[in-house]
Amino acid sequence: MIEHLPVLTIAVPLIAAPLCVFLLNRTLVYLFALAVCWATFGMSILLLDQVLESGPISYELGSWPAPYGIEYVVDYFSAFVMLFVSGIGAVVLTYAPQSLNDEINPSKHYMVYPMYLLCMTGLLGICITGDLFNVFVFLEISSLSSYALISLGRSRRAPLAAFQYLVMGTIGATFLLIGIGLLYQLTGTLNMADMAMQLADDHDSRTTLVAFAFMTVGLSIKMAVFPLHTWLPNAYTFAPSVVTGFIAATATKVSVYAFIRIVFGIFTPQFAFDEHALDTFLVVFSLIGIFVASVAAIYQGNLKRMLAYSSIAQVGYMLLGVSMHNLDGLTGGIVHMFNHAIIKGGLFLVVGCFALRLQSVRLEDLSGAAKTMPLTALAWVLGGLGLIGVPLTAGFISKWLLLTAALENGYYLVAALMLASSLLAVVYVWRVVEILYFSEPSEAAKSAREAPWSMLLPTYALILAILVFGVWTTYSAGLASEAASSLLGGTP
Amino acid sequence: MDIDMVLGLYNYWIVIVLMMTGFYIVIARGNLIKTVIGLNVFQISVFLLYITMGRVDGGTAPILHETASADQAYSNPLPSVLILTAIVVGVATTALALALIVRIREDYGTIEEDEILILDRES
Repeated sequence: MIEHLPVLTIAVPLIAAPLCVFLLNRTLVYLFALAVCWATFGMSILLLDQVLESGPISYELGSWPAPYGIEYVVDYFSAFVMLFVSGIGAVVLTYAPQSLNDEINPSKHYMVYPMYLLCMTGLLGICITGDLFNVFVFLEISSLSSYALISLGRSRRAPLAAFQYLVMGTIGATFLLIGIGLLYQLTGTLNMADMAMQLADDHDSRTTLVAFAFMTVGLSIKMAVFPLHTWLPNAYTFAPSVVTGFIAATATKVSVYAFIRIVFGIFTPQFAFDEHALDTFLVVFSLIGIFVASVAAIYQGNLKRMLAYSSIAQVGYMLLGVSMHNLDGLTGGIVHMFNHAIIKGGLFLVVGCFALRLQSVRLEDLSGAAKTMPLTALAWVLGGLGLIGVPLTAGFISKWLLLTAALENGYYLVAALMLASSLLAVVYVWRVVEILYFSEPSEAAKSAREAPWSMLLPTYALILAILVFGVWTTYSAGLASEAASSLLGGTP
Repeated sequence: MDIDMVLGLYNYWIVIVLMMTGFYIVIARGNLIKTVIGLNVFQISVFLLYITMGRVDGGTAPILHETASADQAYSNPLPSVLILTAIVVGVATTALALALIVRIREDYGTIEEDEILILDRES
């Protein structure tokens, strides 16, 4: 049983998803999906434990040996990303029922949970697979289900936002498919490790370069790198709160994971950074993205849209880390995936609590809500501190590593700009704090009650994780640095 | 570039023309249904790219049987298999996109993107 763990982590939620549809009772479906999510989280922990104990696991699907069959590879990096994706999936689903009751017609709930499970399956699949075509298939599984989930939002603009995301997302995925096709044409294999070996002496061919370009642009759309981020603000704003919480915390990070895998695992950093200056482009676009999105976040009147813009900025930090391509930088980028996942997940859950009690996430309706919803408001403050990167929060760890890496490479300007951009985060986080604590309560806020415990507890689980992982970094920065050093070929 | 190269690679030329046509429709459209059509053309060009690369000159379908000679060439079946998966993905995407368009039309009464944006600004 234990040796089949890699495939079970994917197969259990994948098979559970259609079964959900047959359980017509809403509560039953929810309990079933919840059990599956926590079981998946448990299996991810076991996988990580196994990797820590005995090194990377390679699993041959159907016992067909790689590179002919499909191979699942669990190493530090994939186990780490799977752990937080499934963990956040489980926590957000625990939080979900009341928020969904409020925002989605109860008769449709039995369809929400299967799509949620499918989305999680897709994201986990991208992490675990060692086969490039599989990456495309899992990417589409997660994307298709997230389009459907986003379209369930209350506003009539939700289907349009989902449609715009679908168009952009499909173009991105098709670009990835073109890149995979060209690489297959060149190497005759789809196994990522095998492909890297075949490509090692074929870096000069134009086909490699074109494939590289298509895959980079395709994944950039999925990662929401400036200027390809246009789908993200609307999608996050109009989706139901629970869906935004899950997708914002995981989807873009898993795309960053796929990008890192492809750059470091297939093309090698020498090809991408030394021969083709991808690092310069990444640094420039990341920095522009950080500043443009952070400034845009300051001017938003809608809390969800503000956090959405902030997400675009945070992806910039992850890519900055990748583009440094030294150990500290890559560690910083990877650990920021984790830290930002818990921070942004936590903050979106806070927003969901406000949406439930105030029936609005516009800033003017939030004013004075700290008086009637003190715990929810406190969660915002703590999460906001993490987003800014204040010491003793998780956000600080990743920003510190990124800063060290920038100084190590002699990118003083980049380091200075990163510090300056953190000040922009202070502005938009503080704006909300001020409205929550220091303005006259709005009508909605006066009559509001504290959010229910069933929602506060999962929210605080993520918010407290921000504080815990700001101090205790064995399993965040420690694992990320293992992952980074193995990606860089074991030579720190 | 001589004539042989142009004719010899004619599958690839078709792929590129289709790809750019589809991509242009997606970018330049105003009507949501046309976007979906453009998206389909774009995806289908990639299917053709895969099918083309699997084809071997003089190759047959890769089925072993007694009458086949030892030096019989076979086409690579793997790209076709991959594309079967991609076609399924494409069908799912189209179905979902059309379902979304139905809902957009119910809510806005139009499927022209500029009219929808005007309605959004007014509300």
